[in-house]
Amino acid sequence: MAEIVIRNLRKEFGAFTAVKGSSFTIKDGEFFMLLGPSGCGKTTTLRMIAGLELPTSGEILIDGEDVSQRPASQRDIAMVFQMFALYPHMNVRKNIAYPLVSQGVPKAQVAQKVAEVAKILRIDHMLDSPVGGLSGGDRQRVALGRAIVRNPKAFMMDEPLGALDAEFREIMAEELRALHDRMHATTVYVTHDQLEAMQMGDKIVVMNHGVVEQFGTPQDIYDHPATLFVADFIGSPSMNFLRFEGTAAAGAETIALGDIPTPLPQLHEPASGALVLGVRPEHVALSDTAPLRGRIEAVEYLGTTQIVTLSTPFGTVKSRTSSALPATAGALTGLALNAPRLALFDATSGRALRTAANAGVHHG
Amino acid sequence: MSAYSVTEPSKASKWGAGILVTLYTIITLLPLVWIISTSFKTGPDSISYPPKVFFDPTVEGYVNLFTTRTRPAVSELETLPPPDGIMEEIARRQGTIITGPSRFGERFLNSVIIGFGSTALSIILGTLAAYAFSRFKVPLKDDLLFFILSTRMMPPIAVAIPIYLMYRELGLSDTHLGMILLYTGVNISLAVWLLKGFIDEIPREYEEAALIDGYTRFQAFRKVVLPQAATGIASTAIFCLIFAWNEYAFAVLLTSGNAQTAPPFIPTIIGVGGQDWPAVAAGATLFLLPVMIFTILLRKHLLRGITFGAVRK
Repeated sequence: MAEIVIRNLRKEFGAFTAVKGSSFTIKDGEFFMLLGPSGCGKTTTLRMIAGLELPTSGEILIDGEDVSQRPASQRDIAMVFQMFALYPHMNVRKNIAYPLVSQGVPKAQVAQKVAEVAKILRIDHMLDSPVGGLSGGDRQRVALGRAIVRNPKAFMMDEPLGALDAEFREIMAEELRALHDRMHATTVYVTHDQLEAMQMGDKIVVMNHGVVEQFGTPQDIYDHPATLFVADFIGSPSMNFLRFEGTAAAGAETIALGDIPTPLPQLHEPASGALVLGVRPEHVALSDTAPLRGRIEAVEYLGTTQIVTLSTPFGTVKSRTSSALPATAGALTGLALNAPRLALFDATSGRALRTAANAGVHHG
Repeated sequence: MSAYSVTEPSKASKWGAGILVTLYTIITLLPLVWIISTSFKTGPDSISYPPKVFFDPTVEGYVNLFTTRTRPAVSELETLPPPDGIMEEIARRQGTIITGPSRFGERFLNSVIIGFGSTALSIILGTLAAYAFSRFKVPLKDDLLFFILSTRMMPPIAVAIPIYLMYRELGLSDTHLGMILLYTGVNISLAVWLLKGFIDEIPREYEEAALIDGYTRFQAFRKVVLPQAATGIASTAIFCLIFAWNEYAFAVLLTSGNAQTAPPFIPTIIGVGGQDWPAVAAGATLFLLPVMIFTILLRKHLLRGITFGAVRK
């Protein structure tokens, strides 16, 4: 297994730049998520690591060795594709054995390895079936089998659960994570599903328009988004944005939200101009005494919790509260914001301002 | 079924379609039936009017096709020793004696060499070119593809004279190689375009998976792409073979003693000892066989080839 270091990776397709100088490190044994909306460059990044695309510039180090200009066949990496890409003219056994055959592994050893892998993935009873008749989940298992059979340096997974139906996706997500915990293989996983990324990943890179927006653990990314994009992309419902004009000096512990003094984590840099106060729905409580007022527009009942949508002078705000609390559409109420969990963004650059809460989380 | 169905054709339209297809089949098969039955008739039967549907079959036509004969005087014929073998016997019955083999076998073999040779070459070059066009960033790709297609925009015979002169200068006239190259040149555009369509439909992920599994690009092409493209290759091969096999004009123009193919040879049979229609029909019947067998063997692929791309899988 291996550590993968990405330095200033760039990929241009003609006039279009798909990846604009990404840098991040995937530690040995990490389950690493590349997350972003479609067209953000995450798949291109993965394909460059795998060797299916050559970068325009930048370095890809696998175990300290720069492989950025090497063909895929020389990188010792395995890949699971979204559409499985099982060889349709071969049965399950041949599909799984194929990477070993290419390495010239003796037949007896191939048979033993295939049997071993099939057992781990619980597909040993279908080794002689053609791949055409398999269900989506079984195909995915065969694709996984083909990937793990030869102990590669790292696994690349391109939305491997994207083609499965919702019910099965969860089972496979758990299986994948369990498989990873058992093998401790460095895994790079591309997804556009933020829930999947948070649920499975050790680390997440959030990309948008070819730029790495943030790189960190799921908790850091959820609690301390580095940019408005990340704040909006992660979480469901996403972070509330209260837009206002204001100023505050470095070291300030409150900011004037309109004329309401609002406490927040101590600012480590001055703020002025168009600002955005970010707050997760679960950190908005309904309180009759709070000075920030809003009118309840809608209530979505979700079982244990409910999502209350309120209109305020600073825009629409969603609050996640216990379903036990009364909330009726049309009622006027106050919104109490949980001060230690607030984030302040510069509206023009979209960047989160440094505060006592996110200090040490944000990179360049 | 009483309920009206949107997708199921009505009984009337099924009958209509059936009648149409049957009529078409009869019209298409009639000349074939005519040729095959004529090949088993005697000379007089073949030109009798009204045409004979029921007749005593004979292989005279086939014997005449494969031999050259003379017609000696009747008195001389009677002095000859008894016929030696079935061929001689059939020739005697017509009042002729066999003087040697005809050149049909040789011409037929030329057709096989040139037809299958040019088909193989078209397919090899076409598959490689189509793969490159489908998968790689080829500079001026669209222009090149259009240029390749443009070779089909005029009838090949329009360039007959330049080709004739070129071939004479290059020493390619009346050679197997020359005819193979010529038919390949005509077929290559068809092969590239058809095969590119087929290869475009094969998801790239298959090769990418093979590349990652440690295979080189060429190994991935051979072991993953080729088996998937088998259908396309088969149907393209049929189209190429049918053209090269049936081609007449260039064969007349460019071949004579050495590399002459069957199509220009068959009509020359007519001249030997009157109009020998059964022999001509026998030649045509035998000439039909290879393409017919080839097509029947690959017919499943051919059907897919004709309808491919019509429905997205």
